[in-house]
Formats: sequence, C-alpha cells, structure tokens
Amino acid sequence: MTSIEHGRAGHPTTRVGTAFEIEAPSPRAIRRQRALTHPGFLFGATVMLLTILVAVFAPLLTTYDPFAQDLTQRLIPPAWTAKGSWAHLLGTDGLGRDYLTRLIYGSRISLIVGFGAAAIAALVGGSLGLIGGYFGGRIDGLVMYFVNVKLAMPGVLVALSLISVFGGSVPVVVGVLGFLFWDRFAVVTRSVTQQIRVNDYVTAAEAVGASRLRIILGEILPNVMNHIIVIASLEMASAILVEAALSFLGLGIRPPTPSWGLMISEGRNFMFFEPYLVAIPGVAIFILVIAINMLGDGIRDITAPEGRN
Amino acid sequence: MIRFLVHRTMIAVLVALTVSIIGFALLRLSGDLASALAGDTAKPEQIAQTAHLYGLDRPLYIQYVDWAGKALRGDLGRSLFSNEPVSFLIGQRIGVTVQLSFMSLVFALAIAIPLGVLAATKPNSWLDRLALGLSVFGQAMPNFWFGLILIIVFGVVLRWLPISGSDHFANFILPTITLGTAIMPAIMRLTRTGMLDALDSDYIRMARAKGLSTGAVLFKHALRNAILPVVSLSAVSLGLLLGGSVIVESVFALNGIGFLAFQSILRTDFPVVQSIVVFVSFAYIGLTLLSDVINAYLDPRIRIG
Repeated sequence: MTSIEHGRAGHPTTRVGTAFEIEAPSPRAIRRQRALTHPGFLFGATVMLLTILVAVFAPLLTTYDPFAQDLTQRLIPPAWTAKGSWAHLLGTDGLGRDYLTRLIYGSRISLIVGFGAAAIAALVGGSLGLIGGYFGGRIDGLVMYFVNVKLAMPGVLVALSLISVFGGSVPVVVGVLGFLFWDRFAVVTRSVTQQIRVNDYVTAAEAVGASRLRIILGEILPNVMNHIIVIASLEMASAILVEAALSFLGLGIRPPTPSWGLMISEGRNFMFFEPYLVAIPGVAIFILVIAINMLGDGIRDITAPEGRN
Repeated sequence: MIRFLVHRTMIAVLVALTVSIIGFALLRLSGDLASALAGDTAKPEQIAQTAHLYGLDRPLYIQYVDWAGKALRGDLGRSLFSNEPVSFLIGQRIGVTVQLSFMSLVFALAIAIPLGVLAATKPNSWLDRLALGLSVFGQAMPNFWFGLILIIVFGVVLRWLPISGSDHFANFILPTITLGTAIMPAIMRLTRTGMLDALDSDYIRMARAKGLSTGAVLFKHALRNAILPVVSLSAVSLGLLLGGSVIVESVFALNGIGFLAFQSILRTDFPVVQSIVVFVSFAYIGLTLLSDVINAYLDPRIRIG
C-alpha cells in the first residue's frame, strides 16, 4: 500500500480510505490564490499601500515645507513643460508652495477622512443593523425607520450646514461624514444578520444559554464582518470624494491645510491659464478612489463563497 | 393593495414629521437666532426684545408647532439676508433645479439602459468591459472636478458651450453631463444585473424557443422585468439629484435651489437652509412613495407580500 502525498506543509489533508491522501486547500489558501490572480484587487491593494506609505513617510519624500510660501516662485508649471523646473517636479501654486509637497501631505487628509468616516459609519450602521436584524419585530421597525429618515435627508446639504456651524477642522469633517454614510452598513448588516440568525449554531448558542450580546458579537458579527469590510471600502471612497467636494466649496478642511479638494478650489482661480493646478489633485483623487473601489470589489470577490468573476 | 398603501403612506408621514423636526433643530443648532436677527451691534436688551418679538423666548416645542403650522400653509419665514419670503426665493429657483435634475436623469438613463442591456447580452465581451470601465470611471470621478475639466475643455479651449449662468438651454448641457455621469453607473449596473437574471429565466428560453426576434425577447420580455428596480432607483436618484446638485450648481453658477442653499450657508441665512433641507426631503419622500406605489401596481408580489 503506497500513499500518494500531495499535501504541502500547513495544508490539511483528508484521508480517504487508506490508500490516498487528497489535499483539501484551506479557505485561507483559496483566498490567497484568488487574491493573487485578481487584477483589480492587486491594483487596488498596491495603490492603497503606496498611498499609505506616502502619507506616513511624507516628510522623508520631500525637502519642501507644505506651508512655506515663496512669492518669487509663484505658478511655476510642472517640470515636463517648457517653463518648468526640476526643482519643482509638479510646479508651484499661486502662493509659491511646492505642488508635489502639498499633494504628498494632502494624501494624509484624504486617508484620515476616508478611514475615520468609514470606521464611524461602520460602527453606527453595523450596530444598528445587527440589533435590528437579530431582534426583529418592533426594534427592527425602529432601525428601518432611522434608515428611512436618514435617506430622506439631503446628506451633502446637511453636512455643509453642520460643518459651517461647527467649523471645518479634520475631526468635525470626519465625524459629520461618518454620520452621512452609515445607512448602507445598517441595511446590509441587517439583512445578513437575518439570514445568519436562523442557523443551527446560533440556535445552539441560545440553547446553552449564551447571552444575547455574546451571540451577536461571537456568533453573528464574525460572519457579517466580510460584508462590513466591503462596504467600508466603498464608503471610504465616497467619503474621500465628499470631503474633496466640501473642501472645494470652502466648507470642509480649512486652508492652509493641504487637502486635495482645497487645492482644486485654490487652483480654480488660475484654471484658465494654469489648468495643471486643477488637473493634478483631481487625478490624485480619481486614482485613489478607483483603487479603493477596486480593492473593495476584489475583497468581495475573494471572500464570496463560490468566488465570482 | 389598500393595506399596503395605507401602511406605506403612514411610514412616509412619520418620516416626514421626523425630518421636519430635525430640520427645525438644525436652525436652532446654528446659534442664537435672536442675536443674528438683532444684528452685530445689538445690546442684550435689544436681543431680548427681538427674541420676544419673534416668539423665540417660548418653549421649543411651541415654536416648532408654530413653525410647522405656518410651513404647512406655505409660509416658510423670511431670509435673514434679503428679508424676502423663503417660499418666494425657493419658487424662483426650483425650476432650474428640477430642469437640471430631469435632464441629468434622462441623460443617465439614455446611456445606462441600452449599455446595461447590451452588456448583459454578451457578458465578458469588449462591450461589457467598456460598460464596466465607464461605470468605474463615473463612480470614481470627483463630480465638481469633472465639471471644471468640462469647463476648461468645452468652454475655454473649444469655446463650444457657455460655462456659467442658467438662462439658456445651452447652460444646462455641461451640468447635465456632470451630474448624469455621477448617477449613471448605479443605474447601468442594476440594469445589467437585472437583465442577466431575466435572460437566465425559463420564460426567456420559452420566448426564444417560440422563435421571437432577439429584439422582441430583449426589450419586450426581459427588460420589462429587469426595469422594475431601475424605476425605484430612478425615483431615488431624482430625489438625490434635487438635493445633491448643490455642488454642481455651485461649480456652474446655475441659479437653482442648490446654489441658493450654498450661498445661504455661507451667509448663515439659516431659515433658507432649513427650508431647502425640509423641502428636498419632502420631495424625496414623495418620490419614493410614488415609486413604491408604481412598483406595487406593476408587481403583485410586492403588494401582497
């Protein structure tokens, strides 16, 4: 009797009869395999990682100060144009600040706002969805009523008014945007929770007397987490777009903080003569948002039970 | 059907009531209304006098009932900035916003539905990829930035179209493209998914088997079923457009209620902001109610279930 060994270290093997050992790849191995062959996921993850590195190591990447004005060096176009200079790769803005430096530091604002707002929204919406989906009945009705009220309010308008009242600091913007994007978390978490609640392992946990909190956090939440992560990535992209729009309108991040939306707003005064001032930060937002969306779609494909194309 | 209608309308009224309370709270949150009304140089006695004159010294819930009662009769108060009635200001500009919203929705539907149908008929073809690419593009594009780029290209470089104002039809073209591009991806994806599901069903195989032309199968049989969720999404999108045109109207200086809301926020003219928030919410609630009724009428599963 020979046994055929296909299993590599770390992979569980299943013994069928006594003659063969058939390898059954672990869920983690399947996911890793799917991730490495998913172009959208790879692109999204790479851009995201690079942006995080740029944001963290911003001071090491540039010799300029993002706030330092030099009026003798105003409106220098990017280096590849005729009047450009290699001292300022992406040129300078209307106050003579190095544009690349402001772009690099601006990534910090976008990432902080994106992560912060998505985290708050996930916490608020996820909790409501779990509670509504698990308890059902009147409590569920109440949750859906909150969602309906939220959906009926014009979000951007309310965000603009709140920020104009509380002032345009980073924490205020993060908080306001967090409360702008929780509805989708609530809706999806609720419907997934409703599906999971009827499973045998939840009934079993109830039977052995586990507390409701323990069932929600220990049995249901881990199964909802994939969905929450996918929505978080999509809402993070939305939050970055809305932050840019609010800052562009002058009711988001306050100058002189380098935010990409604010840079477009400041460049708008010169856009007929120096369109690069508007184009460059816009392209940066566009690429980051595309990457986050692709990352989110990728995670959804990779974690979906049957895998998708 | 009657039970469904009554239930759905009750929820809508309840939501509308809550929204109006939040809208009212928004105004109070914005700071001391009496001192804003009395002016910067007012003395404390004058502020107290103003508060009494406008009834701002009464309990909040009485003020709310008073405000809501007047609002129901069309009296939304006066602008702190221009002292004109808010209902007059909104009435003056709502036409522009409604026109922009409808044009954007039509633009989005005109691209999204044919593209979604064609993409679904040939999954993973170049057409499907093009549709997917367009939807990724539309979703990731910062709206206001896309507007600016359109201004630079079509208004400044090519000089084909005007870049601001709201007097002529031509003024609406660039804003329509900007807003339409933003709402197009969701409609396209929904059409595509709906069509994929419909095309996979037995009644389509039946329709094909009895020898109907491809066009008749696609547009008469499949699209009819796939379009139901698109109807709901269109109603929701229209509601979002009414409130979400703030940014685009500001970029193109279109004189609609979004631009009015933006200017009023900058001037801390909160009676106007509050009225627009409540007005847009009510429009959204009305539109979604309407779409639910249409869907229930079209689809018996909804009104019974």
